[in-house]
Order: sequence, then C-alpha cells, then structure tokens
Amino acid sequence: MMTMVDLKGLKAKAVEAMESEGTLRVVVGMATCGQSAGARRVMDTLKKDVAELGLDNVKVAVTGCVGMCTYEPILEVLEPGKKKVTYIRMDPEKTARVVKEHLQGGKPVLDYTVGHDHAGNLKNLEDLQFYAKQERIVLRNCGAIDPENIHEYIARDGYAALRKSLLEMTPQTVIEEMKKSGLRGRGGAGFPTGLKWSFAAPNKADQKYIICNADEGDPGAFMDRSVLEGDPHAVLEAMAIGGYAIGASKGYIYVRAEYPVAVERLKIAIGQAQEMGLLGRNIFGSDFSFDVEIRLGAGAFVCGEETALIASIEGKRGMSRNKPPFPANKGLWGKPTIINNVETLANVAQIILKGADWFRSFGTEKSPGTKVFALGGKINNTGLVEVPMGITLREVIYDIGSGCPHGKAFKAVQTGGPSGGCITSADLDTPIDFDNLVAIGSMMGSGGMIVMDEDNCMVDIARFFLDFTVDESCGKCTPCREGTKRMLEILDRIVAGEGTMQDLENLEDLAENIRLTSLCALGQTAPNPVMSTMKHFRDEYLAHVQDKKCPAGVCKALLGYVITADCKGCTKCKRVCPVEAITGEVKQMHVIDQALCIRCGACFNVCSFNAIARN
Amino acid sequence: MENLRNFEQVCAILKEHDHNPNRLIAILQAVQDVYRYLPEEAMTFIATSLGIPPAKVFGVASFYAHFTLEPKGRYVVKVCDGTACHVKKSNDIAEALRKHLGLNPQSQTTPDMLFTLETVSCLGTCGLAPALVINNEVHGLQTPQSAVELVSEIQARETAVHA
Ligand SMILES: Cc1cc2nc3c(=O)[nH]c(=O)nc-3n(C[C@H](O)[C@H](O)[C@H](O)COP(=O)(O)O)c2cc1C
Ligand code: SF4
Ligand code: SF4
Ligand code: FES
Ligand code: FES
Repeated sequence: MMTMVDLKGLKAKAVEAMESEGTLRVVVGMATCGQSAGARRVMDTLKKDVAELGLDNVKVAVTGCVGMCTYEPILEVLEPGKKKVTYIRMDPEKTARVVKEHLQGGKPVLDYTVGHDHAGNLKNLEDLQFYAKQERIVLRNCGAIDPENIHEYIARDGYAALRKSLLEMTPQTVIEEMKKSGLRGRGGAGFPTGLKWSFAAPNKADQKYIICNADEGDPGAFMDRSVLEGDPHAVLEAMAIGGYAIGASKGYIYVRAEYPVAVERLKIAIGQAQEMGLLGRNIFGSDFSFDVEIRLGAGAFVCGEETALIASIEGKRGMSRNKPPFPANKGLWGKPTIINNVETLANVAQIILKGADWFRSFGTEKSPGTKVFALGGKINNTGLVEVPMGITLREVIYDIGSGCPHGKAFKAVQTGGPSGGCITSADLDTPIDFDNLVAIGSMMGSGGMIVMDEDNCMVDIARFFLDFTVDESCGKCTPCREGTKRMLEILDRIVAGEGTMQDLENLEDLAENIRLTSLCALGQTAPNPVMSTMKHFRDEYLAHVQDKKCPAGVCKALLGYVITADCKGCTKCKRVCPVEAITGEVKQMHVIDQALCIRCGACFNVCSFNAIARN
Repeated sequence: MENLRNFEQVCAILKEHDHNPNRLIAILQAVQDVYRYLPEEAMTFIATSLGIPPAKVFGVASFYAHFTLEPKGRYVVKVCDGTACHVKKSNDIAEALRKHLGLNPQSQTTPDMLFTLETVSCLGTCGLAPALVINNEVHGLQTPQSAVELVSEIQARETAVHA
C-alpha cells in the first residue's frame, strides 16, 4: 500500500500524456445529455475509424459536458500549440468525415464547426457569446478532462488541495479559510459552509460523517448531475477535505437513481482514488483516513431534505423530522453529520488551493463566487451556465441564453423549482444573489432556471408544481399532506373551467396556512409557485375562472381544434397527428375526430393555410 | 416468476449486504433489478432474513416511488414530466403514447407485458427537453410523433422476432 503519493511527479506525467507533441487529443462529450443526443454512436464511429486508419497519434477520450445542450453531440480536437477545434451536432457520417479529413488529412472540416470570424479564423466553443460572461470554477473540468481517468484530474491540480490541507493546514485553519471565503451552500438555503463545518468540528464522538447531497430533486435542474459525470474527483476531494476539517472518517454520497451515468463514474472514481491511496488509510502519510460509500435514492423528492436523507441512508422511509437537533450535532445514526450539496463541494478544493480572497474576487459581498444555472424551457441556448453572482437575469436570459425561440414573447422565468416562484420581465434587471431573488418573490433554489413564453399557461404551471408536491409530500404532517391536496383540487377545477371566485380566495387562505404550519421546508414552500403566479398573472386566473378561457391555449378542457372551410386538403395535418385523429382525402376538406384528438396542437402548428381553429 | 420460490439470488444479495437491516433500501433495489418488481414472497423472505417485521419492509417499499409491487413490461418507457419538459408539452407525448399503446394512467402495462408507460420528474437532460427514456436509453428532443415512432420500431422488431 502506497501511503505517500508523489503528486507532483504524477501531475507532470499526466500533463505530458495529455499534451505531448504531435498527438491529437479527440474528446467526445459523453454525459447523459450528450448520450441522449447520440454521442455513443459518434464515439463508436470515431474509435472504429481511427483504428482502421491506424492513426497512432490520435488519442480518443470520453469527457463530461461543456454545457451547451443545443449543440450536442460535441466532438473536440485538441492539438498542442494550436487552437482547439469544436465540432457540433455530430453524427456517425460527419464523424467519419472528420476522421478522414481532419485527423488523417490535417484539414478541419469547416462545415461542422461553430463558424469563423471575418478573417476566416475558426471559432470554437469558447469564442461564443454563450461563454463570454461565464466564469468557470465549479465546471472548470467538465468537458475538459476524462472523468474516468484520475490522472487527468491530477493534471489539473487534482488532489493538491487535499494534500495542502493534510500536510500544511490544521482542521481549524481549513474551516477558517472556508469561513473567510464566504461560500454559501448551493443546495438551496445558502447557509455558509465554513460556519456549518464549525458546528460539527468541536463535537466529540467516536464517529462523524460527511454526506454529499446528490439527490438533485428540482425537476429542471441538472448541474449536480453534470459535475458528477464530468468531474467526480472534485467532489471526492472536497468530501475528504471536509472530513478532515470536522473529524469525519467516513463519507456518503446520496445520488438519485435516475442518474446511472453519474453513479458509474463515481464508482470508477472512488476505485481509482482508493487504489492510489488518495482515499483510504493515512492519506499522504498523514494520520487522516477517509473513505466514501455511495447510496442510491429510490425516487422520493423529500429525501433531498437533510433529515429525510439521513433517514433514507439508515434504510428507513425518508421522512423529515423536526430540527433541532441539527445533524451537525445528531445526524446519521445519531452521530455528528455534515451535509453538503454537490456544487457547494465542487468549490472547496479551489478555495483551499487559491485562497478565500481569490474566491471573494468573484460574485458579490454577501454571495461570493459563482452559481451554475440550468437554463431550460423556452430559450434558444439551453444548457448549463456558470456565472458570477451579481449578474442580472437579463444578461443570463438574453446575452447568454439568447432569448426565446421562434420570436415568441418572454413571459416569465421560474427559479427555485417547486419551492420557488416566477419572475417577470419587470424584475429582469435584478442582480442575482441569494437575497435578491427572495426579495423579488422567488429564490435561488438549486439553480434550475426555466424560461416560459407566451404559449405557457401560468395556471397550468402552478398546477404542475402543486401536483408535484402532492406526489412528493412525505405525509408526516397534515398541512402539507392534506392542504396541498385541497389546493390541487381547486386548481384542477380552475383548469377544467369550473373554478369560482371563491376558489381563488380559498387558494390564498390555504397557501398562507400551509406556509405557516408545515413541518419542513417542502410543505412551507409548496404554495410559493401558486402565490407567485397569482400575484403576477392574476388576469390569467381570471380568464380561466370568469371567461372559461385559457389565453395561452394549454388547458385542454378549455380547448378544441376544428378544421375550417379554408382547408385545402394538403394532408399535412393528417400526417403529423400522432393519434390518427384526422381523416380526409387529398384536396378535400379534412376533419378531426374529437373523441380521438388529444389536443396537442400539432396540426394547428403545421397548417400552412390557417385552416385549423383553436377555441 | 418461475423461480419465485427459489430465493437463491435473493440470498446472494442479502449476503452481499451482510444481512444488514440498515441496507434495506439497497437490498430491495438489487432484488427489484432481478425480478423487475418486488414479489410479495421475496419481501417477506427478506424481512425474516433480516430479522425485522415484514410491515417495515412493505412500509419502505411503498414509500419510495421506484419500488413496484407489480410486474412491469419488458420495455419501460418513462416520459419526463419535469419542469423543462412540461413547458415543452411533454404531456402530449405521454398522451400520444397512451393512446398508441391502449393504456391509461391507471393501467400502465400492456397485456402482452411488453410495455410499461410511466412519467418521471426530470432525467437531467432538460437542455434537450422534452425527453424520455426507454429502459436505459435516453432520447432527447422528442415530439408525440417521434415518440410513437420509437415505440412502433420496438413493436415491429418484437413481432419480427416472434414471427
Ligand atoms: C424538500 C427539500 C428538498 C431538497 N432537495 C435538495 C437536493 O435535491 N439537493 C440538495 O443539495 N439540497 C436539497 N435540499 C436542501 C438540503 O436540505 C440541505 O440544505 C443541503 O443539502 C445542504 O447543503 P449546502 O449547505 O451545501 O447547500 C432540499 C431541501 C428540502 C426542504
Ligand atoms: S411539510 Fe410535507 S414533506 Fe415536510 S414533513 Fe410535513 S408532510 Fe412531510
Ligand atoms: S390537436 Fe393533435 S391530436 Fe388533435 S387532431 Fe391535431 S394533431 Fe391530432
Ligand atoms: S450538454 Fe450537458 S447538460 Fe447539456
Ligand atoms: S425536466 Fe425533463 S429532463 Fe429535466
């Protein structure tokens, strides 16, 4: 068993392997997102063709995601001393051409790159507007290194912060540095990380634990998945540093089971770190020992809440309990336990290496550093963006996200998931930080940012989130278990066109009640999406209740499609209907069978003659 | 289900987890991987082996959404209905698949045990919404039409095999 790891020597070797003269390093983004866009087929073709052509100087590697979902699958070619070439929206045929013309022939295939400037210089991802305002601390390795190869992590200073902590710092100075950095928890509540660690450190116990919360329950957030899939060692290293700081020799990572790729990469990473003595006994020859185990979630959102998460690791039903006692005093199996979110942890090694002052040079006074947002919904550049705190929502949505697709009008952006609220264009110039988002009626949450346009119905969105909380309430306390159900019933009536003005009042009363009397934050925040949409979009509620209309054309009960006399019989609608509800011969008027129609609007969108009417 | 009474695999799983009741969830997950659901007999057997009341095992199994007490189809189609997918009309995808497979929210598995249709909240590929996953393969940027095509392809393949 090797105890004293020669990190410097390893790093030099790893850098040499990645950047040696004359080699071409070809990476394919193989995070879940890349795979769902077809990256595996790209990888297969790449490997096969490179082998067939005997291109010995080409090194193929898997990498995590660079965060630009709309461009997946992405393949990049890196050559020492040359500008990186980015190929986007790849498929097997395109890949075959790149192998032949670029990897073998030395000439980049311009057609598949992200374009070039006026002088004809090839652009790559980093030249895009999408990246101009980003600052990558958490995501610095995602898309750059092979997450299944610990040497590539070491090449980028991996495990140097752990070494520094163990050999040059005491647990107290580690905590002091974290406190000074002002890092606040990225799991939602924004609690200062250093302070949290300082609660557990002085507790005397035969065993303490550090838990990484990788449950990522907010539906629409995927930053933690991306970090785990693209840079798993960053999380392991931080857990070890945290373990050293609070005196824990054991760590658990609680990952949701919907993330099989993340779990696989974590397993590989843990194995490699153990093999090299970076996890295990007497790390770097110190007397600190630390090991990590993975636990899979089983599909319960409430298990993201720390006390429910602990119950789940203990093999019980994941139910929240009252605090105090706080986990830092009495946590997993009654022992002092610290729980941190994936993204929070991904900052730690950088803070230790570069110092609190460096970290504080990003972001704002009260919310230093960056935040990763998952930009989704009706926005052109969907993806993961890491921006300094203090940037405005407008910059994120328009400069980075490039606005709503198809020229549709922006309506709102939802942050904070099922606990958060909607932000309208009136507040887009607010600088983003923990406190400002609360002030404008939403919250940071885990960083999901879902953009909605004129075609989204805000009553439907409120119903959607409530449906989610009703499903996910752990059932322990009545306001949350029963109250949210009552609210959902009311919303169900409203979207069905059966709501009354009294219903709107009742909604508000129930909301206030649930907020004040629920046991845990799930229940306390469950009414937020309803409250915030009622505040900003009361007219839409009124349209459903009084006029029995859904202005955005979403609520199916208030909606129907019919084909009018303008129909030219082009058959386009008939072909696009997913349930074969449309019949008609060429050049004759078509009809929709209302019993079969699922009101998806596909026909409405595709008709070139405006011959389909919606009511 | 032929080998239900034969708990060899369950025994192996229990042993792997040191018969540790704290690892109940991991044990149930492994057992469900084998049977594709949690047979009642298996749960009783697990309870006895771990020395805990069967009610505790059933309680845990019913609490977590991932555990299923009924057999599922060979292809499990999960349509994402997370926020990003919802605002891009994932409902229509689920609805089109339901119609195509003759299912409804109450009966989610086809009588031939080929397909189970479920919704799930977020697969983490929100950037390519709307998304669905068939067994372990995620498909992004779906439409009701493309989703029905994916399923039809599987149906065609299966009929070809059995013809
Ligand atoms: C209902 C509910 C769900 C939560 N889900 C998550 C989650 O998925 N991931 C997470 O990191 N924190 C989640 N949290 C917050 C955790 O309870 C906890 O505050 C956090 O993991 C602490 O880590 P941090 O200090 O690094 O942010 C959730 C809280 C509640 C009330
Ligand atoms: S508020 Fe909801 S989730 Fe939290 S303890 Fe009560 S019932 Fe459970
Ligand atoms: S709305 Fe959708 S289901 Fe109805 S007829 Fe048009 S395409 Fe078919
Ligand atoms: S490209 Fe990976 S998250 Fe979208
Ligand atoms: S909301 Fe569907 S993948 Fe995230």
